Amino acid sequence: MKIIQYLINGISIGSVYAIIALGYTMVYGIAKMLNFAHGDIIMVGAYISFCVTNYLGLPVVVSILAAMAVCTALGMLIEALAYKPLRGTPSLAVLITAIGVSYFLQNAAQLIWSSSPKNYTSVVTFQPLRLAGGQLVITGEVIVTIIASIVIMVGLTWFTGKTRTGKAMRAVSEDREAAELMGISVNKTISTTFAIGSALAAIAGVLLCSTVPTLQPTTGSMPGIRAFTAAVLGGIGSIPGAMLGGILLGVIETFSKAYLSPQFSDAIVFGVLIVILLVKPAGLLGKQVQEKV
Amino acid sequence: MKKVLALTMALALVAASFAGCGKSASTATTAAAETTAAAGETAAEGVGTVKIGMSGPLTGRASAYGLAVRAGMEVAVEEINAKGGLQIEFKAEDDEADGEKAVSAYNALKDWGMQVMAGQVTTGSALAVAPESVADNMFNLTPSASAEALALTGDNIFQMCFTDPNQGASAAELVSTKYAGAKVGVIYDSSDDYSTGLYNGFKTKAAELGVEVVATTSFTADSKADLSTQVTQCQNAGADLVFLPIYYTEASQILTYASRISYAPKFFGCDGMDGILTVEGFDTSLAEGLVLMTPFDANASDEATQSFVTKFKAKMDGLVPNQFAADGYDVIYAIYDALTAANITGDESASEICDALKAQFATMSVDGLTGSGMHWDENGMISKAPAAVVVENGVYVPMA
Repeated sequence: MKIIQYLINGISIGSVYAIIALGYTMVYGIAKMLNFAHGDIIMVGAYISFCVTNYLGLPVVVSILAAMAVCTALGMLIEALAYKPLRGTPSLAVLITAIGVSYFLQNAAQLIWSSSPKNYTSVVTFQPLRLAGGQLVITGEVIVTIIASIVIMVGLTWFTGKTRTGKAMRAVSEDREAAELMGISVNKTISTTFAIGSALAAIAGVLLCSTVPTLQPTTGSMPGIRAFTAAVLGGIGSIPGAMLGGILLGVIETFSKAYLSPQFSDAIVFGVLIVILLVKPAGLLGKQVQEKV
Repeated sequence: MKKVLALTMALALVAASFAGCGKSASTATTAAAETTAAAGETAAEGVGTVKIGMSGPLTGRASAYGLAVRAGMEVAVEEINAKGGLQIEFKAEDDEADGEKAVSAYNALKDWGMQVMAGQVTTGSALAVAPESVADNMFNLTPSASAEALALTGDNIFQMCFTDPNQGASAAELVSTKYAGAKVGVIYDSSDDYSTGLYNGFKTKAAELGVEVVATTSFTADSKADLSTQVTQCQNAGADLVFLPIYYTEASQILTYASRISYAPKFFGCDGMDGILTVEGFDTSLAEGLVLMTPFDANASDEATQSFVTKFKAKMDGLVPNQFAADGYDVIYAIYDALTAANITGDESASEICDALKAQFATMSVDGLTGSGMHWDENGMISKAPAAVVVENGVYVPMA
């Protein structure tokens, strides 16, 4: 029974990682860049939602929509100002810029909201599910997060597979120049990708802070790094891979905390990552792409 | 031609500087004549000014401590300066509870002319600055940095609060007397000196007193995003009292999760828990019944406490002072008492003052807000009686 409770805890934090990883993997898959500022956009989303409910007293749904709107605008703005001018330069330059944007967002948040922690009130209000005579508790947050991550995963898969914009995204991902020759606007497509990725980040922020209530300017950075790990574990660029990687990471982390050692849980998680990458370098569900020379 | 110009300029400069001298001297005289009691002009009466500096987290995750200590110290400084006699010039620097920033803050304060250090607020910062202050022979009385290693670093370092192991040990004593037979779970931060020190003190004393510890678990700075597993472990082990020798930010997370899964043991914290009721957005009803060790209770009815509470509230927009504020207040008074007892005038160097204060602290005993008859041992560690409070209806009530 205990083991099932730990499994639920693991899936709970894992599904938060999964939602963040979906944003990471989508931007990587299409724009071929690691957006390290993704974790911080999550933090901004959570702050916006916190402010809308706590200071303006508006309903939770409005706060989530406001967070999505602000993050979408912020994501597109960052893309236009920081990443677009660097398109065509070595990917290292973009990577360093992304790290810079990440620091910028953290410090800006510290200026605006101060670095004292705030306690985020969970957006989930329904009672936890009690099974096996109260021995197993599944909180509302877990249920909502898992459902949200599945919906987002299915939605993204459908979007990239079936819609015109989605097809354009895949075309840009496969061969940017050929896509441009076929009349696809690469800039517009990448901008849309960032818009969607950042809207997802807002949802991830709300769910992350509903699960773990402490909200401060660094809230997004550690989960962001873990989610990035999850995306690599599942195969970066692969949407179901991000989901699988996130859940796996959460479960491994929780089990190593519970049964092995809380101090070494990180070492164990990253050890597993190394082993998996040694066996399957493209990640669990990643495609092995042959580089043509 | 150039030479003539240079000469004229030089003459003009000299004249100007003389003019400057005369002017400032005359203003000083008039000012002294008009307001003899004004601070800064007391030099005329043969009493000097001592510059006291402190550094603490004025922003950041631990800012509740730094801001409280600073305001508590300011209240004490204002009281002392209003008395006349030896004056104190006080300056606080922000170190964000970060060791590196604390060293820069220390250097900035030295550049400002600091003669006595009223400590760092957090243990990590204090440990980072300790070697510097030892090398400078700068007297350093910390209000709240509680590592045992800190006082042992040098004979110039003194503490106003308990050392971590001493506090952990008194927590174990309280648990064994007040909650006899409790099954105890512990969640501590293994990446933090403060938390680990408390835990070690608690563990040793608990074993001695036969307190039953059924679960011990920990987290690190990198893995504290999710503490649900640790709470579940305590619940699975059947703990009916959970000892939390951690800071309030993580504690608020633990309380929130425990209430979500309807796990309601007795939560028992140490002085790092002080501040939990002021976290923005935190539902204080979750902290109902929480026990925490703190030597200061703002509800105490004695005159000294009430006068301090009134002045502190006026300064901090009605905020009720916590233990850190009281520690800060006591630090300034302890330093002031020692300075006056040693007949310091403010003209001495930091090192001379330090030697004089060391001699005073070896023998003196202080009554303050955080205890009476407080005295220091040869290592600079304080001894005073421990006390605990319970949160009831959102305020601290002394533990029965």
